[in-house]
Amino acid sequence: MKMIKAALASLALACAMTTGAFAAGGDVEHADVEFSFEGPFGVYDRAALQRGLQIYQGVCAGCHGMKFVAFRTLADKNGPGLSEDQVKAFIAEAGYEVEDESGELIPAKTYDYFPANKGAGAPDMSLLAKARADGAVHIYSILTGYTGEEKEVAGTTLYENKAYPGGWINMAPPLWGDDVEYSDGTEPTLEREARDISQFLMWAAEPTMIERKQAGIRNIVFLLIFAVMLFFVNRRIWANVKHPE
Amino acid sequence: MGNIPQEHYEPKPGAASWVEERLPIGGLISHLQNFPTPKNLNYAYVFGGILVLFLVIQIVTGIVLSMHYQVGDEASFRSVEHIMRDVNGGWLLRYAHANGASFFFIAVYAHIFRGLYYGSYKAPRELLWIIGVLIYVVMMATAFMGYVLPWGQMSFWGAKVITSLFGAIPLVGDSLTTWLWGGPAVGEATLNRMFSLHYLLPFVIAGLTVLHIWALHHVGNTNPTGVEIRKDSIENVKKDTVPFTPYIAIKDLYAIVIFLILFVAFTFFAPNYLGHPDNYVEANPLVTPAHIVPEWYFLPFYAILRAITDDLWIMMIMPFDAKLGGVLAMFGAIAVLAFIPWLDTSRVRSTTYRPIYRWWFILLVIDFFVLMWVGAKPAEGIYPIIALIGTAYWFIHFLVVLPVVGLIEKPLARPETVEAAFNAKHGIEPGSGKTDAEAAALQPAE
Ligand code: HEC
Ligand code: HEM
Repeated sequence: MKMIKAALASLALACAMTTGAFAAGGDVEHADVEFSFEGPFGVYDRAALQRGLQIYQGVCAGCHGMKFVAFRTLADKNGPGLSEDQVKAFIAEAGYEVEDESGELIPAKTYDYFPANKGAGAPDMSLLAKARADGAVHIYSILTGYTGEEKEVAGTTLYENKAYPGGWINMAPPLWGDDVEYSDGTEPTLEREARDISQFLMWAAEPTMIERKQAGIRNIVFLLIFAVMLFFVNRRIWANVKHPE
Repeated sequence: MGNIPQEHYEPKPGAASWVEERLPIGGLISHLQNFPTPKNLNYAYVFGGILVLFLVIQIVTGIVLSMHYQVGDEASFRSVEHIMRDVNGGWLLRYAHANGASFFFIAVYAHIFRGLYYGSYKAPRELLWIIGVLIYVVMMATAFMGYVLPWGQMSFWGAKVITSLFGAIPLVGDSLTTWLWGGPAVGEATLNRMFSLHYLLPFVIAGLTVLHIWALHHVGNTNPTGVEIRKDSIENVKKDTVPFTPYIAIKDLYAIVIFLILFVAFTFFAPNYLGHPDNYVEANPLVTPAHIVPEWYFLPFYAILRAITDDLWIMMIMPFDAKLGGVLAMFGAIAVLAFIPWLDTSRVRSTTYRPIYRWWFILLVIDFFVLMWVGAKPAEGIYPIIALIGTAYWFIHFLVVLPVVGLIEKPLARPETVEAAFNAKHGIEPGSGKTDAEAAALQPAE
């Protein structure tokens, strides 16, 4: 019995070790940054998501698409929490268009999706924060990890980046600290912008995270109470077998 | 039904009797409820119940996922994202299904090692054991095909690596892989058949599970002492066992809830921890991921597959190449499990009473985890050697240690009956209550 317990414990350990092993993806430097959505009780910071949206729209959308994210979800209460009018205004201001049945371009509706963007060879951003180990931290680290060195390889410029596997990335530093004028008046800095867009991309990849964790807490509490009850019921039922008169 | 004497079921007159004469369902239910189960089962015996629950969880979540899932080069990945974002509770269905597969395997490994430790495969339970090995094999096939369905990078490349293994088979290999793929390469046609089979195989598992439990109810459970319950009379059966309900049912339920707490913790708080980030990148035949790693539950066998390389001396004398060698080693490592009932020569069932074998058993468990760990490492540096040693021990354990130790080992004294063991453990006075005065005496060592 002890052995079985030990076996289970080591199974858990081995899982931890092996997944840890995939996660490590080469010798990259990750910044030491924390986000409000971490931990079982963490939630997204709505103001940060709204600022992140501004950065996405103002900077990243030039090269990166976000094809699995629908405009309507910008109104999620656990997400950026825009009002419906704000969503419509956002679409109009950004000038997003879709094709109708006859192939005419018409203004996008709230149920449409952010477009894909394959032009620059940049990965789609809908799932970027889940497609990299430790995604939000990774994105933050990339954005703040440029050393300023550049080199030319076969006609393309590569930029040295401490957080990118291999050390050289094909994306020019997208953020400098003065890229957007935050509509909530926050003073933009490189770190601020990087945090906001990283948080926004985590939300884009996992919009149901907060709902999930809240449901998780309810489930765990319920199961714990149930387990305690069963512990006593079990002991009671076995009492006459283990302690006969 | 089984060969354990049990109280005969008498249906109540009226409707129950009418049904019983035509379909003995009441008898079956009564048999299941009152099934005499050794009273000394410990918590290592709860995993069977947990496995049944997880099969049900996988089937229920899987059927609902299938209502929203689509097959297609772009459609598959998109439909999974649709499930995650737009379907009500879709994220829960999918995370429960993905983590459910992992916890299914945690339970099956615990169940298998429990069986190995307590000698559950020994006569008269050989078929029960072999059906179990079959269930495990079909589970692996099912999980592999399920992992292909979201059609991310790991789905695609995992499918490619594993299906290509069949190419190692001499003569027919190439045509076999083309046939498996349904085309010249892994693609939509492959994905489509994976979905079909992924839907089918769990029901094959369900069928095998029925056989497994049928065999179990015929021969009865083992127990930690390895001493069979007395089957000569209902009185003696009652001394060694308790009826399944409520005793074992409530204990299993308690264990299930504890196990579910772990499952829920992963599903709700770290749903992607056991997965691979690359599977959130859409499948792309032109970009090979840096490391192709299977899900954690395949890693020990993946390590064995990769351990066989052309530079091994054994491969130099073999009439085939290392690719086929690796495939044979991997399938052999699983197939050998089916022969254990005849490889184990010990007269004693439970490892508790086997002073020498227990150390080898511990080594086997360590070996399993070492293989799992090294399976996730790149095949370079020290890792291939570790994988090779681990692989060698896996086979040595079953083919050499198990037969030889059984012959030379002197087992410890075992209790005479299950009742005696139970009474000794719980300090029940022999002669008190319904217990038997002689029972607590241990059988002298041989
Ligand atoms: C000028 C076009 C361009 C802009 C603007 C741009 N990117 Fe990129 N980005 C790229 C390209 C190209 C790549 C692929 C680089 C590679 O694989 O070497 C990339 C890759 C990335 C990666 C992936 C790194 C990895 O781990 O693979 C991240 C993260 C990223 N961009 C974030 C951003 C963010 C955040 C913004 C907006 C603030 C942004 N990018 C704006 C072109 C751009
Ligand atoms: C033995 C039981 C089963 C196991 C071990 C299993 C395993 C898996 C695994 C590992 C995945 C990939 C999950 C992911 O990473 O996204 C998956 C996906 C899937 N499975 Fe199953 N499954 C089982 C039963 C079923 C059944 C019975 C059905 C349908 C009736 C089903 C339908 C699906 C569907 C539609 C997907 C794709 C959606 C997704 O990826 O989440 N599964 N399965």
